[in-house]
Amino acid sequence: MHPVTTVHYLVVGLALLLIGTIGVLTRRNIVVILMSIELILNAVNVNLIAFSRHLQDLSGQIFAIFVITVAVAEAAVGLGILIALFRNKETVLADEVDLLKW
Amino acid sequence: MWLDTIFFYVFALLAVAGAVLTVTRRNAVHSAIWLIVSLLGVAGLYLLQHAEFLFAVQIVLYVGGIMVLFLFVIMLVNLDQAARERQFNKQWWVALACILVVSAEAAYFLYSGTDSLKLAAPALASEPGNVEQLADVLFSRYLLPFEVASVLLLVAVVGSVVMAKKRI
Repeated sequence: MHPVTTVHYLVVGLALLLIGTIGVLTRRNIVVILMSIELILNAVNVNLIAFSRHLQDLSGQIFAIFVITVAVAEAAVGLGILIALFRNKETVLADEVDLLKW
Repeated sequence: MWLDTIFFYVFALLAVAGAVLTVTRRNAVHSAIWLIVSLLGVAGLYLLQHAEFLFAVQIVLYVGGIMVLFLFVIMLVNLDQAARERQFNKQWWVALACILVVSAEAAYFLYSGTDSLKLAAPALASEPGNVEQLADVLFSRYLLPFEVASVLLLVAVVGSVVMAKKRI
């Protein structure tokens, strides 16, 4: 069994990123789309921490903290928008909200 | 060394399998539960990388905070109707093309960079401890971004309250 290197962590981050992208692009339910965005941000964090250890530099972990902050803000505002949307349109499916489409 | 490798594969499997099930489940509550599993797997990966502070933040903030918020909203919004409908839209071929391009690019760069990433890096110096080191850097070099982040959180609080109000 090979010892675990930085590449292993990067591959895990890549897998999470691709799965999250599939979720954002193909799901119709807005709640699941928001969860997929959380997956993508987690993939970024895995990469940042892998490189933080690889380069022996703590800046990567600091940036991961900021990424988590932005993820929290995004989730709070996104869920607030979702509640306002549901109150006005009675739907949580992304492709039924098409007022700006022509 | 052996134990580290085994733990890595266990946590990586948790993270990736949880992510796949999050994206594919029909019921949004099941999706949220599987996302919690995935986030716990990622937290385990942080612990293996000796990022203890981020491990704690991941569990307290993500699993304890954001996911509870998600579950609250799922219960608040009536999802029964949505669960009976078609779950995937018709853009799956766009998604397929996107991930094929991204994975080809990433595979190329990972393959060409493997040599420089090969060394199993030693842990960051554990004296004087991860939290203390992080605090040193965060409150000296990254003080301004830290303050800006607090302003961002304030904006998010005000924004989400305004959004969820009955009459805007």
